[in-house]
Amino acid sequence: MKVLKVTNLSKSFGGIKALKDISLEINKGEIIGLIGQNGAGKTTFFNLLTGIYNPTSGEIEYNLDKKITSKDLKPHKIAYYGISRTFQNIRLFQNMTVLENVLLGYHSRFKYGLASTVFRLPSYYKWEDEKYRHALNLLEKFNLMDKKDETAKNLSYGDQRRLEIARALAAKPKVLLLDEPAAGMNPNETRELTSLIRWIRESYDLTIILIEHDMSLVMDVCEKIFVFDSGTLIAEGTPEEINKNERVIKAYLGEETEIC
Amino acid sequence: MNRFNKKNIFTIVGLVLFYITVQILFNIGILDSYMELNIILICINIILAVGLNLITGFTGQFSLGHAAFMSIGAYTSAVLTAKLGQPFFIGIILSGIVAALAGVLIGIPTLRLKGDYLAIATLGFGEIIKILALNTDYIGGAIGFNDIPQYTNWTWAFGMTVLSIVVIKNFINSYKGRACIAIREDEIAAEAMGVNATHYKVLAFAIGAFFAGIAGSLYANYFYFIKPDSFGFMKSIDILVIVVFGGLGSISGSIVGAIVLSVVSTLLQSVADLRMIIYALVLFGIMMFRPTGLMGKQEFKGFKLKTIKKEVKASESFKGYESI
Amino acid sequence: MEQVFQQMINGISLGGIYALMALGYTMVYGIINLINFAHGDIYMVGAYVGFALTTFFNIGFLPALLISMAATSLLGIIIEKIAYKPLRKSPRITALITAISISLLLQYTMMYFVGPQTRTFPEVLESKSLKFLNGNVILDVKNIYIIAITLILMIALQFIVRKTKMGKAMRASSYDLEAAELMGVNVNKVISFTFAMGSALAGAAGVLVGIYYNTINPLMGSLPGLKAFVAAVLGGIGAIPGAVLGGFSLGIIETIVSANGGSVFKDAVAFLILILVLLVRPNGLLGKTAKEKV
Repeated sequence: MKVLKVTNLSKSFGGIKALKDISLEINKGEIIGLIGQNGAGKTTFFNLLTGIYNPTSGEIEYNLDKKITSKDLKPHKIAYYGISRTFQNIRLFQNMTVLENVLLGYHSRFKYGLASTVFRLPSYYKWEDEKYRHALNLLEKFNLMDKKDETAKNLSYGDQRRLEIARALAAKPKVLLLDEPAAGMNPNETRELTSLIRWIRESYDLTIILIEHDMSLVMDVCEKIFVFDSGTLIAEGTPEEINKNERVIKAYLGEETEIC
Repeated sequence: MNRFNKKNIFTIVGLVLFYITVQILFNIGILDSYMELNIILICINIILAVGLNLITGFTGQFSLGHAAFMSIGAYTSAVLTAKLGQPFFIGIILSGIVAALAGVLIGIPTLRLKGDYLAIATLGFGEIIKILALNTDYIGGAIGFNDIPQYTNWTWAFGMTVLSIVVIKNFINSYKGRACIAIREDEIAAEAMGVNATHYKVLAFAIGAFFAGIAGSLYANYFYFIKPDSFGFMKSIDILVIVVFGGLGSISGSIVGAIVLSVVSTLLQSVADLRMIIYALVLFGIMMFRPTGLMGKQEFKGFKLKTIKKEVKASESFKGYESI
Repeated sequence: MEQVFQQMINGISLGGIYALMALGYTMVYGIINLINFAHGDIYMVGAYVGFALTTFFNIGFLPALLISMAATSLLGIIIEKIAYKPLRKSPRITALITAISISLLLQYTMMYFVGPQTRTFPEVLESKSLKFLNGNVILDVKNIYIIAITLILMIALQFIVRKTKMGKAMRASSYDLEAAELMGVNVNKVISFTFAMGSALAGAAGVLVGIYYNTINPLMGSLPGLKAFVAAVLGGIGAIPGAVLGGFSLGIIETIVSANGGSVFKDAVAFLILILVLLVRPNGLLGKTAKEKV
């Protein structure tokens, strides 16, 4: 089943065409890799998928509980429908605790009104209790339990990356977008991240799309790869196919064909 | 978690005792009318500061026009009680509601702006309200609004102060409040987590304006007389200074800040010529040497967010991190 | 028709004063992103220096203008060094409140020394006026002076910013302060110079207002200061031609509103314009757009 269908998507900033006529489809439950040089348009693609930018032309269609197209949808609405993401340059809520960061991930699941909020009616306790428990559960799974009251900015780099993924997962996404999750990690951490990504896919019912420069991770974990080059989609296929694709080797992998 | 836990009961008993003690001190004359004036001013300042803190400290939206909402509240209450003969509680409630509506009306367009631009837009809004008040004859124009019945007393002031603190504290400690703080921290990330930033900014603005309106009502019905200049740019700055002095993002800080600065301001009245110079120097000193304010983002015990201490079963936990 | 001419003359004179002040706001904001709330009070100090020189020392108009400009530029440099420099890396609200505190300090220190009363500026320019169209349009010598001096100062500023090495450094710094520093620009010097220039223009505006309206007082700077900032935003903050355009537009709009029976609302109109501009075109008429990178 297709979970995401992108048709003729383009985005320009002023005169610069960041994305040109991208069309692709993504199946439910896959782990997808987006690769390409810096400036190839990968993050712009994510920003379009999450509604931070509006497309100049083209369409993005999600096939979730119901069909939604991203046209004119605000980022928070898209998040509400089950698209969740991390950021290339880690955007945690720096002065909030680890626990509060994860609770923010549950934001759309809270259902109590203003009166319950300011007068602490029973529904306040019901929802807050429940979500606290969920959040602690999630932190436990991400090995962040002992740091739950730590301020996010005081976490180590690796912990921050993991917390950001935990926060994104808290939103119960159907599609999880990871923007360079392994950036700045050492080989050891990257290996752990690889198994974390696999584990997430197995334990949660979702599709993962990730942007990554670390080819070992991409080749290892992704079932399908899309290659971007200066705003266009130049190739798609399984890791093996991409590895053999002439255009990709020329445009992206260069002469280093021994990468995998 | 339960609302009738030991600590809450303790707090309520403490507040009631405090209220009764002060009331008795007024009745037997230990606290004279001059003290009453200052105490009521402190209450009004606390309400204003806590409300602005929600907007600026917690939600991170600069506002240099908070006094305008106070002005709207004051004039609403004055018209209702003096001209239309309504009882005070109607005046108070409607003051809050009218100010909150003004907050929504102003907030929806202007809260798209960020940082300095929002500050300037709110400042402009404040000046517009002042100029409108100055030129509306029905409410006295530049001469001011006279003969407002004096209804505000210690009971009203104390009750409204407690109400504003409880409501805003409860708001902050809810998912709505967390959404506001998240907007302050990183608006784009908050949106990506499903937070409707515009909605929460306007909500924070409306709640802050609501209490500013109530503060205005208390003010109008205490001093008999109001004029547009009392709620100008300087008053907005005064409120902001209390909030920053106490600590942006700390309710306890706003309370302490309101008390300390009101006392300082009263003491400085004996040196009227130098008052504003000292005020400016104190402000400058705080910004230089303690820009986070007295409390930083810290709270006194009892204002803190409570976390549940329940054991969590790590049944299906990810087992990939042997090393960590 | 005559009325329109008269209003244009008055509007351009008033607008020139706003433009001179708006330039200071825009230059400072362009480089260190600070709304210098004390700018309006520097203009007030300029007016008082001019007043003292012409009244007590019987100095002529032009020397008084130049000395006032020198004095205010020095004041601007001192304020930047003491108050703003230590806060360059602080959150915006800290810098904003510091600027407000400096503004209050200047206002009330001045009030402490000269008293709160309004003073009458001496008639340093002989009152001569040219009459056009059967005497229905009056062009006073004061108007000519204001317009001429405003234009000369603007041309001088444009020359400095476009043609000198310091001007180049200013433009580089306003584009990217850190990058400019890495390229060897002495950023501290550039910022001091910017404050000096902006404050000198404000000082000149202060003296011109003194001779134009004849009255000065210690709080005279706050409202025109805010309005000059409105002018800067209107033109596009950070853009020097924008400040000039914004200043003249605001002056003309205000004059037209006052002349058509809205004099009590003329200040409200300025702020209404501000809010509308911010909503419709937040980067002003001549500003450039900047988007946050995600």
